Amino acid sequence: MIRIECPWCGLRSESEFTCGGQSHIVRPENPAEVSDEIWAEYLYQRENPRGLHRERWRHTYGCRQWFNVIRDTVTHEILAVYHMTDSAPEVSGGRE
Amino acid sequence: MEKYSAFGLLRHALSGHRRWPQVWRSAELKPNYDAVVIGGGGHGLATAYYLAKEHGITNVAVLEKGWLGGGNTGRNTAVSRSNYFYPESTRFFEHSLKRFETMGRDLNYNIMFTQGGVLSLAFSRHEMEIFRRWATAIQVQGVDCRVMGREEVSEAVPLLNMSPHARYRVYGGFMQQRGGISRHDAVAWAYARAASSLGVDIIQNCEVTGLNISDGAVRGVQTTLGTIRTSKLAMAVAGHSSVVAGMAGIKLPIVSQCLQAMVSEPIKPCFDHVVMSPQVHCYVSQSDRGELVIGGGADTHPSYGQRGNLPTTESVLNAVTEMYPAFSRLKLMRQWGGIVDITPDASPIVSKTPVNGFYISAGWGTGGYKAIPAGGETLAYTMAHDRAHPLVEPFSLARFAQGRLVDESAAAGVAH
Repeated sequence: MIRIECPWCGLRSESEFTCGGQSHIVRPENPAEVSDEIWAEYLYQRENPRGLHRERWRHTYGCRQWFNVIRDTVTHEILAVYHMTDSAPEVSGGRE
Repeated sequence: MEKYSAFGLLRHALSGHRRWPQVWRSAELKPNYDAVVIGGGGHGLATAYYLAKEHGITNVAVLEKGWLGGGNTGRNTAVSRSNYFYPESTRFFEHSLKRFETMGRDLNYNIMFTQGGVLSLAFSRHEMEIFRRWATAIQVQGVDCRVMGREEVSEAVPLLNMSPHARYRVYGGFMQQRGGISRHDAVAWAYARAASSLGVDIIQNCEVTGLNISDGAVRGVQTTLGTIRTSKLAMAVAGHSSVVAGMAGIKLPIVSQCLQAMVSEPIKPCFDHVVMSPQVHCYVSQSDRGELVIGGGADTHPSYGQRGNLPTTESVLNAVTEMYPAFSRLKLMRQWGGIVDITPDASPIVSKTPVNGFYISAGWGTGGYKAIPAGGETLAYTMAHDRAHPLVEPFSLARFAQGRLVDESAAAGVAH
């Protein structure tokens, strides 16, 4: 069981949350002009690291807000929680 | 290689079982190979076997960072079936199921394949309608499949909660009678033994740390036991696909998640089929040893931790006890997790890559075990000819940019 610090509600259990996958994916600015490969990369390719992962979570059964998390995908340890529009902070530890 | 037979068993019994030969050779890593396969699970071992058997490429190494079949091959629920929706999938998985049916004889190894039937349950009128469409799709492709009503299901699975007030009220289902379960270690060992006897070197405790690539082509592999030169390299590493492909500078459309399973204490035979429910995400079978083997959906976040999280365990067991109230008295004996590589369309990737001589078999997601024979056969063909085997042409890495997804997750409600 992962315990997650919701920035709005505080520390809660994993079962209250939904993981939204990799964060900071940038949509190409001109979809009509980019190649199929770049569009497919945006749609489908993922970092999927063994170690530190920057990902989105939603407090589904709480405040329903989205936020970002840096989590180690091997130990599941959470090293940072930050707001949706913030850029990822530097963290120490984990496997990266 | 000693041929296994009833007579041989008797002969070894008379000598107190002290003279059984090694099942496969303990090989030393050589500096040069014609082909190297990363991953000593079912897929990697089958690939090496078919390279040697079908294509005469016998100077082959299989590199395994742990022990044979110690990853997902030994962590799954050992179900084989071919009841997919799209022709691309059905063709492939039906071929694989046929290989399972003859594997015991083909490899002279008892894989204990029991075709007790795979039954999928529907819990609503609407799901039953989708099942009829799905079953028809399977039947028109020449694969056995039978739609069953509520009464028939009740007879086939007497322990199922058939109360009209059940949390999951059964409306019916469909059965693929040729589906079933086998002994997963035996499949890995059978391919290892057959490949080894054809000259394949199986190297355990050998982790790949980097790939040597120059001018866009594979030159070799760096491992914890030294560097190997080769011009044909394949990876069949399941949950770690993104990590190994990353060594070649290739980013995959894959997310790794944990899929867990568990077994109960052994009990007398009471459960004849593999019973799954795509909607509630729980499936149950009974092993030859009497344990109930229980599986469900994957954990809901990316993970490389081979253990499984409690909320998913709870939701799977909740479904099991709602559906089979009698099982609530059983003790769980073990629970474990394997890391599965999930693609956006829940279909595999068996493909050449932008790097010449580098081939990938990945994205098997929650259903790789049943694909072992056909996965190995098609990857070996693709490596030997540098051209996709016809069965895996639809499953190329390029399909994502071309928009040719084989969207089994949406259409077939893929269970595992």
